[in-house]
Amino acid sequence: MTTQSRTDRHLELSQVGIDFPTPKGPFTALQDVNLKIKKGEFVSLIGHSGCGKSTVLNIVAGLYQATSGGVILDGLEVNEPGPERAVVFQNHSLLPWLSVYKNVELAVKQTSKGKTKAEIKEWVQHNLDLVHMTHAADKLPSEISGGMKQRVGIARALSMEPKVLLMDEPFGALDALTRAHLQDSVMEIHASLGNTVIMITHDVDEAVLLSDRIVMMTNGPAATIGEILDINLERPRNRLAMADNPEYNRYRHAVLTFLYEKQKKIETVASAKATNSNNTERSNSSAA
Amino acid sequence: MLKSNTAPMFLQNVKTSKLKEQFFTTLNAMLLPLIGLLIFVALWAMIAKNIDTSLGEFPGPVAVWEQTGTLIDEHVAQQEKAEAFYERQEERNAKRLADDPSYVPKIRPFTGAPTFFDQIWTSLYTVAIGFLIASVIAVPLGILCGLSKGVYTAINPLIQLFKPVSPLAWLPLVTMVVSALYVSDDPLFSKSFVTSAITVALCCLWPTLINTAVGVSSIDKDLINVSKVLRLKPLTHVVKIVLPSSIPAIFTGLRLSLGIGWMVLIAAEMLAQNPGLGKFVWDEFQNGSSESLARIMVAVLTIGIIGFGLDRLMLVIQRKVSWDKSVSLR
Repeated sequence: MTTQSRTDRHLELSQVGIDFPTPKGPFTALQDVNLKIKKGEFVSLIGHSGCGKSTVLNIVAGLYQATSGGVILDGLEVNEPGPERAVVFQNHSLLPWLSVYKNVELAVKQTSKGKTKAEIKEWVQHNLDLVHMTHAADKLPSEISGGMKQRVGIARALSMEPKVLLMDEPFGALDALTRAHLQDSVMEIHASLGNTVIMITHDVDEAVLLSDRIVMMTNGPAATIGEILDINLERPRNRLAMADNPEYNRYRHAVLTFLYEKQKKIETVASAKATNSNNTERSNSSAA
Repeated sequence: MLKSNTAPMFLQNVKTSKLKEQFFTTLNAMLLPLIGLLIFVALWAMIAKNIDTSLGEFPGPVAVWEQTGTLIDEHVAQQEKAEAFYERQEERNAKRLADDPSYVPKIRPFTGAPTFFDQIWTSLYTVAIGFLIASVIAVPLGILCGLSKGVYTAINPLIQLFKPVSPLAWLPLVTMVVSALYVSDDPLFSKSFVTSAITVALCCLWPTLINTAVGVSSIDKDLINVSKVLRLKPLTHVVKIVLPSSIPAIFTGLRLSLGIGWMVLIAAEMLAQNPGLGKFVWDEFQNGSSESLARIMVAVLTIGIIGFGLDRLMLVIQRKVSWDKSVSLR
């Protein structure tokens, strides 16, 4: 019973809120975000642009400090960034002057004190293997495609052996086919390593396909968690089989209902940009 | 039949017109600067003829060309003299050593006046030292300013205050300070050299400092986040993230600095009497012979060519150092 409760309280966000200072006074971006994540769970955050999902991720990463409430990981409060909460950034963020190998090596060297040179090399290779990027180890980031860069970004994050893997719209900038490939890779990796994952996404299909739970955020300002949807689809999940799965479509429908009925974005000039990205999202979902 | 013929002919036309285009672009690239140069020389020759100074007619291209030859001849002659001087010394020393084995031979340095080329060398050496001093101070300080907003806010007024100060204003102060502090019986460097180098350094600190600070403060925020997540130590952060990403900005600053330094140097040498190109110009001006203006004009062109060369050199170094080989540098 005690072990059960411990794994239940692997990562806990309680009463998290954040204010950003603006010339017109503080702007409350998030309020009362409460979430408990189990070890090995795959959680997606979904919501309209500007609803603060990235802010939640940045608070868990330690890159932002919550104004109220806090984050506890395995009994320790999170108050600074660290490799046990590795981040996969949206635009890969590889160091452009280092080769693929060296990019991962930098992370490995930083996080594995006491490893020998051979062990470091092996670990870098192993992580590049996981994302199928061994063939491009000596290439510079500018010499590989966007999907490959994101693979390397994932390898770099995994190589830190994080307790929690944080992914900030990891496939947002990729074309649909590349995205599908990478989603499959992430599912494979999650199945074999069992990391706890928090992923931010715009893409309803991506969320349903990958997640154990989908956390749906209300629109800002003062955004918070609107609904949480448990996805009880058996793993491994197959993209093709899912297309005809009524369960899958029910989940999809639930998320879409939340986004486009309950949290319908009011179109103003200021949110025109956000609406644009919603439109592309809509067309993506209808295409799939 | 007609139809099948037209297509390849059309293609051929496209091909030849492309070749033609390429030919003309290369021709333009070589021809246009040459035309510019010729027009300049012609104008120069025409105008020069019509300017009469107290030192005679203003030197035209021909007079300057002649003086270039004379300066080279003078240099060669001086070198021969120096060689002969050292040879004579050696002979004499050998003779004295033969007469008296306990004699310790002395070699006295040649004391002939420095030639134009010796002076070029002195100038290059002086500007290099001044530029080096400035860079060693400006790059780390610039990085500090870029990393910390506090440091930048503290230093910025000083930068703005000292940036526009002319070297001529610094020089008297530097001269007096060097005279007061740089006292030694057997000085490694002459005072005029130290004064000139420091004046150069004072004037070429600023572009490097400002550009480095701007470069460092505008590093991609995601890369800084990567560094934070990896918990890189401050020094590792600077070496692995800050330096590589701000190399282009740092080099822009260094190139501006070196350009300013070279300009400042000529003025500084005139006043500090450092035996470089500045002193050459000054001495020729004071000398006031009928060739003086032509010789000064040679120096002017030399200064220009060397300045251009220094800038190219910095570009070559930037290409070597920078990770991004694809950027076109100019």
